[in-house]
Amino acid sequence: MLFNNLDQLYRSVIMDHYKKPRNRGELNGNHCVTVKMNNPSCGDKIQVSLEIENHKVKNVKYLGSGCAISQSSASMMTEAIKGLDVDQIHQLTFDFSEMVQGRAHNDDLDLGDAEALHGVSQYPARIKCATLAWKAVEKALRTADQDLNHE
Amino acid sequence: MDIQTIRKDFPILDQQVNGHQLVYLDNAATSQKPTSVIQTMVDYYERYNSNVHRGVHTLGTLATDRYEEAREKIRRFIHAKSDKEIIYTTGTTQSLNLIAYGYGLARLGEGDEIVISPMEHHANLIPWQQVAQKTGAVLRYFPMEEDGTLALEKVRETISNKTKIVSVTEVSNVLGTVNPVKDIAKIAHECGAIMIVDGAQSTPHMPVDVQALDADFFAFSGHKMLGPTGIGILYGKQELLEAMEPIETGGEMIDEVGFQSATWAELPWKLEAGTPHIAGAIGLGAAIDYLQQIGMDQIQSYEESLTDKAYELLSQIDGVTLYGPGKRSGLVSFNINGVHPHDVSTALDSEGIAVRAGHHCAQPLMSCLKCESTVRASFYFYNSEDEIEALAKGIKETKEFFGHVV
Repeated sequence: MLFNNLDQLYRSVIMDHYKKPRNRGELNGNHCVTVKMNNPSCGDKIQVSLEIENHKVKNVKYLGSGCAISQSSASMMTEAIKGLDVDQIHQLTFDFSEMVQGRAHNDDLDLGDAEALHGVSQYPARIKCATLAWKAVEKALRTADQDLNHE
Repeated sequence: MDIQTIRKDFPILDQQVNGHQLVYLDNAATSQKPTSVIQTMVDYYERYNSNVHRGVHTLGTLATDRYEEAREKIRRFIHAKSDKEIIYTTGTTQSLNLIAYGYGLARLGEGDEIVISPMEHHANLIPWQQVAQKTGAVLRYFPMEEDGTLALEKVRETISNKTKIVSVTEVSNVLGTVNPVKDIAKIAHECGAIMIVDGAQSTPHMPVDVQALDADFFAFSGHKMLGPTGIGILYGKQELLEAMEPIETGGEMIDEVGFQSATWAELPWKLEAGTPHIAGAIGLGAAIDYLQQIGMDQIQSYEESLTDKAYELLSQIDGVTLYGPGKRSGLVSFNINGVHPHDVSTALDSEGIAVRAGHHCAQPLMSCLKCESTVRASFYFYNSEDEIEALAKGIKETKEFFGHVV
């Protein structure tokens, strides 16, 4: 068979998010923060917007370009974090990062479709593609912490 | 050229990767090393490891002799006039930085112009951005044709008597374009500018004659031409190197040192501060021996046939976009429509085929090509026609895989 194991990485749910991205776009407004992040070595680009109220992410959108792993991961991330409390999101991004590095992680929180990216741990060169959007969320939360709380 | 015999000299090629015979097509990033180069470096470390130009003991003398013999081999290989014109560096990047900071910085001023091409590697781009910002000089670009070549009449229009430095790659690491650097040098010289050639992608694949090119400076790396990483060359015309102030000072580059000041050693040592990469230099010498045993003309014509075959096979695949001119050096850059280069690269890797995906350290060029990245398969003389066929088959399968996985 062609490409033994390759479908363990490119699971159909991943390709579905890649071809039909969820929550694409940008948020502007009082409680919104937008950050950009790149993978300079490969050129993947992600922009994440969060709308944060009462320590909760009410809404999330992303824009970006790059490989199937980085873009599907972003789409799945938006579904996973929407409506969550900021502390839960910190825990979730940590869990996700542990998962794609093949380390044991806490599964109390639901990663949703993003669970399908666990196969990335078998492809070390692609881990940073998977984590880009999640790092962008962390950056957005830090920015929000500085900007929104000190207005 | 008997490729199967040649391949036996490269132990790394004989291995399985992800359950498949390795097909190594990332030679523009770095080449593999023949046993003779590896063994030459092992011999140095096992038998005569010593510092150069210092002790008078036997091993030190042997190391110095071999280190300087390698310099002489390199001189002959690129047809420089004198050993004094061959400066050891860590690679093309350091060579180009040395020119930018050691030559350009002191000689450029407000309104002077530096002209480069849009297909430069970041190593021949960012140093000039930096020097332009520090001196008030203007960084300009030759216009590029749609097929990724430079047109001489436009080169002529871009260079003027304000131009002080022209710096162009001989072969594009993304497009494979072979630039007419000899003609560009002539135009640059007519306007009183100096001509710098980035030879990182040309020196491994074709005969180089810096005097025939009339290049003022020429830079290349050892590791792309069978040598080890961490060693490269800056060639410069002697009078230009003499005029340069060293940007690194310290051991091995001095004539006499007092409490308050020092004078410099002669060329080439003036520009080589500190203990050099001795094993690397000697290894590069062994790499040149190997290349010359085969012959650069043979290497060039064999790679041309490989590249033509790759270009032909890939251009027959529907949904594959090829970048760059039809006539090119040994590489092809392409995209499979609708599949990101990284996904292509991962798929090919799972079949044992190593290619590069990304912007290839040439982001401005990517914006000219209106894409963010490409897949690049780059060849060397040890690649076989079968490997080109494996690449074409792998691309077809990748296209099918991503066409079906939803």
